[in-house]
Amino acid sequence: MTPLTIGIPSKGRLMEATSMLFKTAGFEIMRLGAERGYRGTLSGFDAIEIVFLSASEIAANLKDGKIDAGVTGEDLLREVIAPQDNSADIALRLNFGPADVVAAVPECWLDVAVMADLDDVAEQFYKTHGRRLRVATKYLNLTRRFFAEKGVTGYRIVESVGATEGAPAAGTAELIVDITTSGATLKANALKILDDGLVLSSCAVLAVTPQNQNDVRFSHLVSYLRNIIGK
Amino acid sequence: MAGKSSTERLALERQNAAIMAVFERAGFDQIAPDIIQPADIFLERSGEDIRSRTFVFNDPEGHELCLRPDLTVPACRYHLSHAKTPAAEARYCYLGPAFRFPDEHLSPQEFNQAGLEWFGAAEAIAAEARLLKLCISGLEAAGATGLKITLGDLGIFNALLQDTEMPDRWRRRLRHQFWRPRAFHELLKSFAAGPTSRRSSISSIVDSFKTSDAAAWLDENNIALAGTRTLAEITERLAEKFADRSQPPINVQAIENYLGVEGPALDMLLILKTIAGCKNYARACQAYEQRLEAMEDLGLNPRRYKFSANFGREIEYYTGFVFQIDMETEHGPVAIAGGGRYDELLSDLGATKRIPALGCAIHTERLQQVLA
Repeated sequence: MTPLTIGIPSKGRLMEATSMLFKTAGFEIMRLGAERGYRGTLSGFDAIEIVFLSASEIAANLKDGKIDAGVTGEDLLREVIAPQDNSADIALRLNFGPADVVAAVPECWLDVAVMADLDDVAEQFYKTHGRRLRVATKYLNLTRRFFAEKGVTGYRIVESVGATEGAPAAGTAELIVDITTSGATLKANALKILDDGLVLSSCAVLAVTPQNQNDVRFSHLVSYLRNIIGK
Repeated sequence: MAGKSSTERLALERQNAAIMAVFERAGFDQIAPDIIQPADIFLERSGEDIRSRTFVFNDPEGHELCLRPDLTVPACRYHLSHAKTPAAEARYCYLGPAFRFPDEHLSPQEFNQAGLEWFGAAEAIAAEARLLKLCISGLEAAGATGLKITLGDLGIFNALLQDTEMPDRWRRRLRHQFWRPRAFHELLKSFAAGPTSRRSSISSIVDSFKTSDAAAWLDENNIALAGTRTLAEITERLAEKFADRSQPPINVQAIENYLGVEGPALDMLLILKTIAGCKNYARACQAYEQRLEAMEDLGLNPRRYKFSANFGREIEYYTGFVFQIDMETEHGPVAIAGGGRYDELLSDLGATKRIPALGCAIHTERLQQVLA
């Protein structure tokens, strides 16, 4: 039997929470070889292979069919795989790592409450500054999809890989789309979330490619995990 | 399919040579605008929807460049950098590749456009009819028959908007949303409904606008002014929101009626006359009528054309007359050419004054497919 490969985050909180969840369900994730090895096994399953990847690579690997299933943040999954794209589906929401992807603007924008305001502001901004509003984000696709859905077009994306929330104050963007758990970082950077600026309510998910959805090993694992999560 | 065989290439070259011969005979100078363009111009001008379909990359210095997604902007840039007096009349034609990430209709990501651009033409209406005639002649020279022609006219819409009583700021917002039919309709509906009672997170700020101002509000709430927008910009929009509170609803019937107009181009003349506009609207309708006459004078048959008030709402730079040419295939009609007037593009790209501009382009691979 070809082993079923499951991608697991290689480090960080997501890795710890995943290990803990699997352990509670009775399966231990074991790294092969050295401590830093990037392959592993799952106790109790001979035919499952674990691949340690960064959380953002897991979505791309699922899309390319390089792994059969994987644990990653819903934000990262949806950034790479649109909901209507059927290259991978969410099999189980793991309910840890909750965070919201939101559109946020400077608090001093007293005249802006909703996404619809942005298009209006974009036009005014183009007139006075001669360019489009810049949105700093690492979520290029989520942002494009969300803005299109809201009918906002007068913007351009500035890719940002770190400290996105500092971009407006630094003058490298006018607004941001970023992930937040408590909103504290946004607040600290004098940003406010738009009334209808919730792009995605994310948490860690177990995603699977369609051809492995009904794999016996996978179904078995999911049923155990589901019992732990309680739904 | 990857690449073209020598037979396919020769057939395309032969077809395109026939088109270009028509353009050049008419006195259009064949130019070769740069394929690699600064990305900013396209992206600032067209917004993120085109950006997501444009091949963007960086040069070693970090400047953003792109493969041109069409040839109109490159031809305008060519004109502005080569012409001694950009406002003087100039006629260009071109044949060359354009690049776009395929959209859902599985269009190719590299395709060749044959087109022309006509800057500074004095007789607006005659030039518009001539542009259409040349585009049709080019297609016919390549062997196309059974062309289905749709006309539009953004000038009529703008005139009607000017003639409809409402605050200027609302006109501006409607004009801005015109390109997005759904958002436009929502906005129009809200203007017709009168002040809303719906509250948002800034309603209380708008409430207090009369007695307080933006600077005082920021001060009281200990919010620093940060970022690139100025206090004046914020205040301006707050003032508009405050004014909107007491603005009585407007009558949008004429605009709604107009946007519903669609049918044979000549019959539409009578229908356009039943819509209540004032002098700007009447003048724009008259231009439409004169344009049809000019087409007949050139031997075209506008009797067989269609007019659609909604047509031309996809590309933001058009400002007046627009057209699209479709050909019937077994999978339904396929758009093979289009064009129109875009009087603001050259000044947007740096010309010191407004220069009238017209242009059209033929999607040559699509034409070849349809003809095959």
